[in-house]
Amino acid sequence: MDLLEYQGKQLLARHGVVVPDGGVAESVAEAVALADQLGYPCAVKAQVRIGGRGKLGGVRIAHSHAEARAHASAILAMEIRGLPVRQLWIERASQIAAEYYASIVFDRSAQAPRVMLSTRGGVDIEAVAAAEPEAIASLHVDPLLGFQPFHGRLLAFGARVERDLVGSVVQTLSRLYDAFIAEEATLVEVNPLIVTSGRELVALDAKVTLDDSALYRHPDNAPLAEALDEDRQERMARQRGLTYVKLEGDIGILGNGAGLVMSTLDVVAQAGGRPANFLDAGGGSKADAIATAVEVILSDEKVRAVLFNIFGGITRCDEVARGLIEAFERLRPRVPFVVRLDGTNDEEGRRLLADAGLDGLYVEATMDAAARRVVELAAGRMELAR
Amino acid sequence: MSILIDERTRVCVAGITGREGRFHALNNRRYGTNVVAGVTPGKGGQDVEGVPVFDTFAEAVAQTGADAALLFVPARFAADSILEAAEAGVALIVAISEGIPAHDELRVMAQLRRRPGVRLIGPNCPGVLSPGKANVGIIPAAFFRPGSVGVVSRSGTLTYQIGGELARRGLGNSTIVGIGGDPIPGSSFVDILALFEEDPQTELIVMAGEIGGDAEERAAQFIAEHVSKPVVAYIAGFTAPPGKTMGHAGAIVSGGSGGAEAKARALEEGGARVGRTPTEVAELAAGMLAAGVGGGAR
Repeated sequence: MDLLEYQGKQLLARHGVVVPDGGVAESVAEAVALADQLGYPCAVKAQVRIGGRGKLGGVRIAHSHAEARAHASAILAMEIRGLPVRQLWIERASQIAAEYYASIVFDRSAQAPRVMLSTRGGVDIEAVAAAEPEAIASLHVDPLLGFQPFHGRLLAFGARVERDLVGSVVQTLSRLYDAFIAEEATLVEVNPLIVTSGRELVALDAKVTLDDSALYRHPDNAPLAEALDEDRQERMARQRGLTYVKLEGDIGILGNGAGLVMSTLDVVAQAGGRPANFLDAGGGSKADAIATAVEVILSDEKVRAVLFNIFGGITRCDEVARGLIEAFERLRPRVPFVVRLDGTNDEEGRRLLADAGLDGLYVEATMDAAARRVVELAAGRMELAR
Repeated sequence: MSILIDERTRVCVAGITGREGRFHALNNRRYGTNVVAGVTPGKGGQDVEGVPVFDTFAEAVAQTGADAALLFVPARFAADSILEAAEAGVALIVAISEGIPAHDELRVMAQLRRRPGVRLIGPNCPGVLSPGKANVGIIPAAFFRPGSVGVVSRSGTLTYQIGGELARRGLGNSTIVGIGGDPIPGSSFVDILALFEEDPQTELIVMAGEIGGDAEERAAQFIAEHVSKPVVAYIAGFTAPPGKTMGHAGAIVSGGSGGAEAKARALEEGGARVGRTPTEVAELAAGMLAAGVGGGAR
């Protein structure tokens, strides 16, 4: 789960990291009231879960009441890389003497947290990483040992931090690590971590990703998952416990197991089709879960045909067939379905479907044939619509 | 021969008194797997259709000589159970549990690095099957026959799909290993490729990867340097958009790395053949075996 900037900063502040004063606004009036209260100059910042908003005009400095109003209404009207801006973060502007970069990432290859520090932070950190990797100090921490002060010193001296700041850099890194562990984050990134004119370190931005699997241990963080910018189908699916990702195309996809569903998307694309979604019904799906999944897929109006691709292990094909029959009765779909059932109880599943005689349902024997058929059907329907 | 498990493997099932654990423990015993014990804290002294249940792994190992653990423990208790099994001296731990918190996995792997004699398969995996010998997991054994193709995969149902395509062409398997879809798997492609390379029954290796991380790229390098047997690879996720997690916690294309195209290219450069669909993978494998490629010839 990716947090918005202000959510990330509030989370880091709980662990002693210094962040600027500020507040959230969802309307121009709220934004202006906050700005007046904080005083000028102040920053008006779009809250979206995507990088690079600064370069696209999503962060502006207001020097007066009138500017705060103008910036707030302009940014609230923006779409940043397709995401509408629903919230603003208004904060007191900071006096910036230098921009550092600090992060803790979950390094899969090393199977350990990796802490990074650079004195060359700011919008071009990726270019720095590519051109001068030695400008970024980095080390792995044994999770059973934890972050020690010497780790902090190795990073601070390695990154050539100005001497008077070494102590506070070590302290800030240690607090970021505390937050990473205590909140069970998989990413904590502060860019820029600024040095103020008063020689204080302040997190001016924050990118925090929390581990969804650990949320049960962090009830305080659970409401953060209620994203304002979440897609309608993705929200429906999440509330029903299904794994669903919205895509751009017009062919609805349901399968069991993440790998098989990804593979199904690929095979459909190779057959010339465009998948509308990724939906993993999971292992051992019962009939009502299948019917619910169909409901989520069909709620996307772009969908012109649906492909079911099931290889049953713990999932039983007869249960899948029952779910599909239930879904047809309940939802009366107006788009064709192609079904491929293999594995546990596949013969019974196919017999149930044949007996039900569902209109617009096609059974195919193999994954490849099913993909070709659904692509033909989706294309055919488009011609009819013209 | 086979890798990791055979008919002599002595399996202890954690969570054997739960619905899933009981079902698969008994199912696997019917298949011929040597299921010697179960562990459920607080239920020691009971039995599940003749399989004795113990309170702790230490007791189960002492009483039955169990050398493999199969875990059906709920995610929030799974890390603890893995650590307990390792501490009790079990050599092979297969963790089926899905949704173990990432930081738990970090701590488990840090501890297992201190115990080089212990191998973890999973978590979030379908387990290991050596057809005709033993099933330590939930792979539906009825679809697979003994044979010469070793299979290693990050995904359960994709393994069945590829295994099913191989079976349709008359090919059986030495061992099928699901290493799981989590960001930090206990065993990697490289670990399992090394075992298949040494296994006399295995003549050809099929590996099924997916987007996210760099495990496939590492496998490609290992194949180039250390694997003499032919490898046919498959990568799922060519159409996955960057930044979206595709079901498996580990399946995400981020920051321009972990994409399917780059993985397929790396594997081809490493000397593997890459099939673009599960069907093509099976066709390539069948063709290579029929042509005698890798039929013992090095």
